[in-house]
Amino acid sequence: MSQFVINMLFVGASFALYFGIAVWARAGSTKEFYVAGGGVHPVTNGMATAADWMSAASFISMAGLIAAGGYSTSVYLMGWTGGYVLLAMLLAPYLRKFGKFTVPDFIGDRFYSRGARLAAVICLLLISLTYVIGQMAGAGIAFSRFLEVSNSAGIWIAAAVVFAYAVFGGMKGITYTQVAQYVVLIIAYTIPAVFIAFQLTGNPIPSLGMIGTHVESGEPLLAKLDAVVTDLGFAAYTADTDNKLNMILFTLSLMIGTAGLPHVIIRFFTVPKVADARWSAGWTLIFIALLYLTAPAVASMARLNLMTTVYPQGTEAAPLAYEERPEWVKTWEETGLIKWEDKNSDGRVQFYNDANATFKATATERGWNGNELTVNNDIIVLANPEIANLPGWVIGLIAAGAIAAALSTAAGLLLAISSAVSHDLIKTLINPKISEESEMKAARISMAVAILLATWLGLNPPGFAAQVVALAFGLAAATLFPALMMGIFSKRVNDKGAIAGMTVGLLVTIVYIFMYLGWFFIPGTATFANTPDNWLFGISPQAFGSVGAIINFAVAYAVSLVTDAPPKAVQDLVESVRTPKGAGAALDH
Amino acid sequence: MADDKANAAAYWKANVSLITWSLVVWALVSFGFGILLRPMLMNISVGGADLGFWFAQQGSIITFIAIIFHYAWRLNKLDKQFGVEE
Repeated sequence: MSQFVINMLFVGASFALYFGIAVWARAGSTKEFYVAGGGVHPVTNGMATAADWMSAASFISMAGLIAAGGYSTSVYLMGWTGGYVLLAMLLAPYLRKFGKFTVPDFIGDRFYSRGARLAAVICLLLISLTYVIGQMAGAGIAFSRFLEVSNSAGIWIAAAVVFAYAVFGGMKGITYTQVAQYVVLIIAYTIPAVFIAFQLTGNPIPSLGMIGTHVESGEPLLAKLDAVVTDLGFAAYTADTDNKLNMILFTLSLMIGTAGLPHVIIRFFTVPKVADARWSAGWTLIFIALLYLTAPAVASMARLNLMTTVYPQGTEAAPLAYEERPEWVKTWEETGLIKWEDKNSDGRVQFYNDANATFKATATERGWNGNELTVNNDIIVLANPEIANLPGWVIGLIAAGAIAAALSTAAGLLLAISSAVSHDLIKTLINPKISEESEMKAARISMAVAILLATWLGLNPPGFAAQVVALAFGLAAATLFPALMMGIFSKRVNDKGAIAGMTVGLLVTIVYIFMYLGWFFIPGTATFANTPDNWLFGISPQAFGSVGAIINFAVAYAVSLVTDAPPKAVQDLVESVRTPKGAGAALDH
Repeated sequence: MADDKANAAAYWKANVSLITWSLVVWALVSFGFGILLRPMLMNISVGGADLGFWFAQQGSIITFIAIIFHYAWRLNKLDKQFGVEE
């Protein structure tokens, strides 16, 4: 059976499963559509939230980023998990107690104004729309690499599949497909990692293998890796960073950004009780950690595998002859993700850091004329099964896993977008008298429109796919997280303070990002070159969300203190969300 | 009613103190051991790297899980103690 047929079988079988769930979990009411009826078990919700949260970026790109960046890229590991601690203690249980359907619902009621609700809707749409582009593009890439269809055909197929279960099933359909998608993606991620860990370290548990011994050399794996990469002029894998302020702020941005993402928060509205929201955050992190503890292991082992593939006799001996390159290199050369250029015409593959001035002498001495191999980061996960010589069905599994990761996140984002439009814009702000039936119809139509918009954006990406992450997390960190947290932890912050805080937080963050990455991400319009020397106090645009958040808190408090305290009813609302008693199921209203 | 209010205030105070201590641990393992204090932990080796590297890549994530479950467990007890559980 050819690899193409195997991939088709795996992806086809996973789609059949999602469709089956879509038919079974059709939403009958707005409550089912928005919060899956409010009866999802905390462990089930934990699994669904893990899939909701782990996107194409987590599945395909993160291990590659870490492999290339070493210690300093630990920001992704700590940042994208530490947010759940904040979610569990600072937001999720209280918002569940509040018991409505959307994030702007809470901000609108707590800050008793249409302006605050509208500001929250705008922030939500900005965050979720930028985020969904990456998911559609990721699904397109997975389809085109594994199923031999064009990128745009891949995006259309992905859109059709999401359409089937998200439009009809709403949150209910999405929840149970996300559970299935989690199972598919975690198996796909773990199996190749286990084999690679066993081959390199003799330990089948990747995260233990990473801190174990490299069987071939008898040295600790990380020490061996450090030695190999520094021999070739690269920075040591475990080298410390000299910009600790930036590393801290970047980590913090990802943490509070995660806690402020609307599509993650609304998942906690689906559990039956307030206490369940707390447990559920813990279960979510366990399910996420299964991948996040494996990712750094995959990263270090794949990096070492790559180096030893190119230097089979050690870093002092001649590198690999191009004609003798392994099969998997040939496969990925066809996709353009691995490129070789014989700069010194010796027919061998020189792979080293030619930007390192002190290594230059060694390179010249060996007759090297610049680095000849470029390897795209995404290879690390996608080519893992082939590097480890695993059978074809594992590759099929990776294809299904990558698509599952992209689809599950896209569906969660689309639900957050459509509920903000149908519930907050149409029902609350425009036509409060709308009937249950019409609101359902509006929710389905806005979901369909959101999918079309996401598809269009995926087909015509605005050329800033890589910057999207910075924007989405920066905005969530600087706008929604502070507003939500102050809404719960302060009785004094009022409507004017919250609106001022969100507006200033949004503007400061977006302007800082635009200054370095281009105004509205239009290439060539950046005010300053995006290099550490130009950054304010060495803070990168990606890390600036935490500064925006601090400014948001400060402005909101200052404005609130010089204006009137919130009315009694709002203060009572704050008291009520602070205690679990009397929550009941999510309110129909 | 006044008693209810005092009880709710005491419950909230206990919750905020629990949150504060949990956040201290949260910041210590990530920003502390994983980043700022890493140079001081260089001599403690964990499988080919140092303790700070381990906290940045694995230890902080494991601690985060422990913090959430500990918080949920303690707060559920507080819920019952103050009679505010569902």
